[in-house]
Amino acid sequence: MTGTTLTSVAAGTRSPASPTANRARRRILMPPPIVAVFIVVLVVVVVSAALAPLVAPHDPTRNDLIARLQPPAWLEGGSTEHLLGTDQLGRDVLTRLIYGARVSLIIAVLGTLFGAVLGVTCGLAAGLVRGRLDELMMFLVDAWLALPFLVIALVLVALLGTSLPVLVLLAALSGWAGFTRISRGLGLQIREEQYVLAARAIGVSQVRLLIRHSLPNVIAPLIVLTTTELTGIILLEASLSYLGFGIQPPLAAWGLMVNEGREYLNTSWWLGVFPGALIMLVAISVSLVGDWLRDVLDPTTRT
Amino acid sequence: MGRFVLQRLIRSIITLWVVVTVVFVVLNLSGNLAATMLGPDASPEAVAAFRAENGLDDPLPVRYARYLGQLAQGDFGDSLQNGRPAMEELTSRVGATLELGGAAVLIAILIGIPAGVLAALRRNSVWDRGTMLLAFVGQSAPNFFVGIMLILLLSLQLNWLPSSGRGDWQQLIMPAVTLATGLLAALARMSRSSMLEVMSSDFVRTARAKGLSERRVVVGHLLRNAGIPVVTIIGLSIGGLIGGAAITETVFAWPGVGRLMVEAISMRDYPVVLLIVMAVATTVILLNLIVDITYRLLDPRIHATGGTAR
Repeated sequence: MTGTTLTSVAAGTRSPASPTANRARRRILMPPPIVAVFIVVLVVVVVSAALAPLVAPHDPTRNDLIARLQPPAWLEGGSTEHLLGTDQLGRDVLTRLIYGARVSLIIAVLGTLFGAVLGVTCGLAAGLVRGRLDELMMFLVDAWLALPFLVIALVLVALLGTSLPVLVLLAALSGWAGFTRISRGLGLQIREEQYVLAARAIGVSQVRLLIRHSLPNVIAPLIVLTTTELTGIILLEASLSYLGFGIQPPLAAWGLMVNEGREYLNTSWWLGVFPGALIMLVAISVSLVGDWLRDVLDPTTRT
Repeated sequence: MGRFVLQRLIRSIITLWVVVTVVFVVLNLSGNLAATMLGPDASPEAVAAFRAENGLDDPLPVRYARYLGQLAQGDFGDSLQNGRPAMEELTSRVGATLELGGAAVLIAILIGIPAGVLAALRRNSVWDRGTMLLAFVGQSAPNFFVGIMLILLLSLQLNWLPSSGRGDWQQLIMPAVTLATGLLAALARMSRSSMLEVMSSDFVRTARAKGLSERRVVVGHLLRNAGIPVVTIIGLSIGGLIGGAAITETVFAWPGVGRLMVEAISMRDYPVVLLIVMAVATTVILLNLIVDITYRLLDPRIHATGGTAR
């Protein structure tokens, strides 16, 4: 079996590991069709977000009160001018979705990146150095995980406001504990490996040991954790912005759009449903691609 | 066992102390506390009075000691919105959140576990695949979107259930289901994989080999052993549920602690916010403690290998 079906991915079961590196390489080149579909979804979202000013049909913040609350093009009263309809201020929903993708993606990508760098540094250092540092680090992680992160995030937002840098900081903080835990375990594992002992024996410095010898070996599991964190941050950002603690109006963010659409649910359902469905679609895509990457990258996957 | 509990208890208390200290540090280092507490429009005299009254001009260690003393006496300050003690604000909302959370956990357990167990027993059937697909989608759905879709479908289209507020049981259904989604999906996946693992173990094969009825194998051997990780998941996910409650309560205008927190943050009502943070931390830390102890009581292997047991 070379393909990973949606349900087997969904159920958390994995296809048997490929016996040879050659086959593994072929699987990297050819994702199963269902995963390919979601990769395409992600590419479309990323590209349209990156090229927002070029691909978006309208200005995301320009009001047009005459054309307010227009339904999507395929419904009665809709027009091809506004494919997904317009909101309470006559702004084009499709355009705002595209600009909202920018916010979500910037926060998710930068946040995951910073969180990974911070967590991997802490975790590998703890695992390789052991002793006091290790104890302290694990205690901090445990204490951190004692609080639901949404609560931490809300408090920080209350103290620091809701600018983009603060949101990126929050996203980074949401992931560091996870990265620290996993890379500590890997650090411990590596510490006992022959090649690390050998490197240490010939007098390689701790820093060099970390960068040149440990990191390349832990990169695969980290990539997989990264996709999990990405999904988590996308949902976190959406939740914060739904509560009104994310990017502020008139800028567009998906969660904020759902929030604004809540009021008009009775008459203009598309305002809340499209951005909500998009958040879900992107979250599902990232998880699925992550699960597939896990299968491909981990040669020791069990059934 | 007693020593284990004591160790855990001490660790929990230290964790709580760390949380309390971090809250203190963040609050005191995040700029001008008086201006934050009184708002940007406060007059210089009011700020000076506030500083004097709260001893903000004292050195940091003195303030820290006083802060711990106040907490120990149960003095959490007054709400800046209406002057009522923060503790009173909190306790007046706890009931609603417990009701919502209890209903959500109950729904998740009653649907999630049987669904997962059935999926494992009929591995690779349509039921198995369908359930796992739904669980996967459920875990990727943000709470607020689930809530809004339920309102759209059950309140606005079908007119079956009220869309907000708290009072009779109909108003509880949609918020509870919304809050339950994530845990339900996680439980279904967890109990499925846990069952599959136990099903392939030696003692189950032995039980079959000695001719026990399928029912006794499932009930006596499978469910009992597969239950351990599932119980753990329930305990550990309560923290996540508290976060989810903030969103769910906002969507459905449910007058609980989560909504109180969101309101307090919007109004920059710090005493209330901080009290809620400490209450949540205490709850989660206590739950972790209970899970650890339960786990140890349930699993004989942990008991046997733990050198300090008994």
